[in-house]
Amino acid sequence: MSDAAISGRHLGATKRTKAAQGALMKSGIARKVVYGALPWLAIILLWYAVRLSGLVKPTLVPTPWEVMTTWWNLVTEAGFLTDMYMSTQRVVLGVALGILAAVPVGFLLGWYQPVRRFIDPLINFFRALPPIALIPLVIVYFGIGETAKVVILFYASFFAGVIVMYEGIAQISPIYLRVARTLGATDLEIFSKVVIPLAVPHVLTALRVALGVAWATLVASELIAAQQGLGAVIQDASAFFQLDTIYAGIITIGVIALIMDYLLRRASRRLLSWQERING
Amino acid sequence: MNAPRERITFDAVSKEYDVNGGPLKVVDDVSFGVGDGEFVALVGPSGCGKTTMLNMVAGFVAPSSGAVRLDGRPISGPGPERGVMFQEYGVFPWLTVQGNIEFGLKLRANRTDAAERRRISERYLSLMRLTDFRDAYPKTLSGGMRQRVALARAYAVRPEFLLMDEPFGALDAQTRSAMQNLLLEVLQTEGKTVVMITHSVDEALYLASRVVVISARPARIRKIVDVPFSYPRHEELHETPDFAEMRSEIRDLVMQEYAAQEKQARMRLAS
Ligand SMILES: Nc1ncnc2c1ncn2[C@@H]1O[C@H](COP(=O)(O)OP(=O)(O)OP(=O)(O)O)[C@@H](O)[C@H]1O
Ligand SMILES: [Mg+2]
Repeated sequence: MSDAAISGRHLGATKRTKAAQGALMKSGIARKVVYGALPWLAIILLWYAVRLSGLVKPTLVPTPWEVMTTWWNLVTEAGFLTDMYMSTQRVVLGVALGILAAVPVGFLLGWYQPVRRFIDPLINFFRALPPIALIPLVIVYFGIGETAKVVILFYASFFAGVIVMYEGIAQISPIYLRVARTLGATDLEIFSKVVIPLAVPHVLTALRVALGVAWATLVASELIAAQQGLGAVIQDASAFFQLDTIYAGIITIGVIALIMDYLLRRASRRLLSWQERING
Repeated sequence: MNAPRERITFDAVSKEYDVNGGPLKVVDDVSFGVGDGEFVALVGPSGCGKTTMLNMVAGFVAPSSGAVRLDGRPISGPGPERGVMFQEYGVFPWLTVQGNIEFGLKLRANRTDAAERRRISERYLSLMRLTDFRDAYPKTLSGGMRQRVALARAYAVRPEFLLMDEPFGALDAQTRSAMQNLLLEVLQTEGKTVVMITHSVDEALYLASRVVVISARPARIRKIVDVPFSYPRHEELHETPDFAEMRSEIRDLVMQEYAAQEKQARMRLAS
């Protein structure tokens, strides 16, 4: 057999493996998509099953398809996009302000143990109060405008964020501070070159947790005389017993929250590529 | 020959920790000195108080009584003239290998311009055989590689003192002996005063000018052995009869202290 034939065969082999690898990668992505979609598919099937089983009155459970069409009608006709926008704006504003306050406060609590022992009970007290119970007070102090709604979301985000921050900061390993000291770092250098990089992951986690909590609190905050917003849509629909609209509203909240969380997670993975994770 | 000027002094040093409400004596009335340019190795059983002693020199632990002095002044905290290589390395996870090595050089205390910094970090990257990993984050490195990053980071700022806590513990035999020779080389050119903790009597004898054998907890000085071999030292030293004899003598001492420590532990369990 000639050399050319051998190398030709060789080439063919590598080409084949390359192609196989490509297919494998594609099938990997495909698998990811399938696995991602599977639980949703399962829940939709379950939903249909409940509806068709006859265990519940059909008027009490709209089908997923009905909810879908209602959602589409809302989006195309009823200014639903404005509602989504208003709610998202409130959540983003509440979370931004909440985290802005939670980072320094959580930092102080985590860094200075004595302060923490002193303040901890207070934090836990206020954290336990359901935001909905505060609505009457918020109305008294902040009226019924936009501010009042953001205040509720701020409250919820702040306490969620503070806890995450101070637990995270308190767990920073002293070895890094010691190393920096022995290399000659000043207090300021230790803060900017060691503490801040170590705090960033906790800030991002606090942000994620606060976003979740804020979306969960949204409907409550929009109990305050909201004309627009997903919470308002849901409440209006409940007054008229429009179950499909209620479902559409709830699902929309869930989806937006999911998308925001996904984006944050991607951003933090990129920002924190140095971090060790259980699965890469 | 005159005795060198004393740089580090342990003056009747004792240390007690509070453990579960009761005091635990970890260091008991230790006195010795480390002269300028000397290399002192501490050997002794695990948990006897070696790291505690080193941490007193580093300035992270204060003695309960007595004093640890640096050039005659009591040590009140850490300083950049004392480079520390910690038992748990403390490699910064958010920085790359090169970032770790250059960390100290970017601090105000040892400000170096960018070109010089590059030169120093390149040198240590290659000495520590880390050049291919300069941009890697520590999470992707093996234990031995992390240890080398920590070594390079400590060497890079050229401290007058090196305080090393089992610096080569995680390395395989070949890398370990390469790192030992590298350390000897660095000391030959830069002349530092070194205190090193090690579990290897062989390593202690090969590197140090004096070996301090520490007793079972609480740490007392069991014996100080002057190592007669002159610098520069080479691998062949390991094969000489004198070396073998000293090694077995010191090993016996250390084994006795290990046994004493074991006995302590058994008695605590029994009571
Ligand atoms: N901060 C601390 N608080 C209480 N006890 C401590 C503290 N640090 C060390 N000890 C105790 O002091 C003793 C000596 O510890 P040390 O770390 O100095 O030992 P070591 O000789 O370095 O041991 P090894 O060889 O295993 O590293 C141990 O019993 C340890 O539990
Ligand atoms: Mg130790």
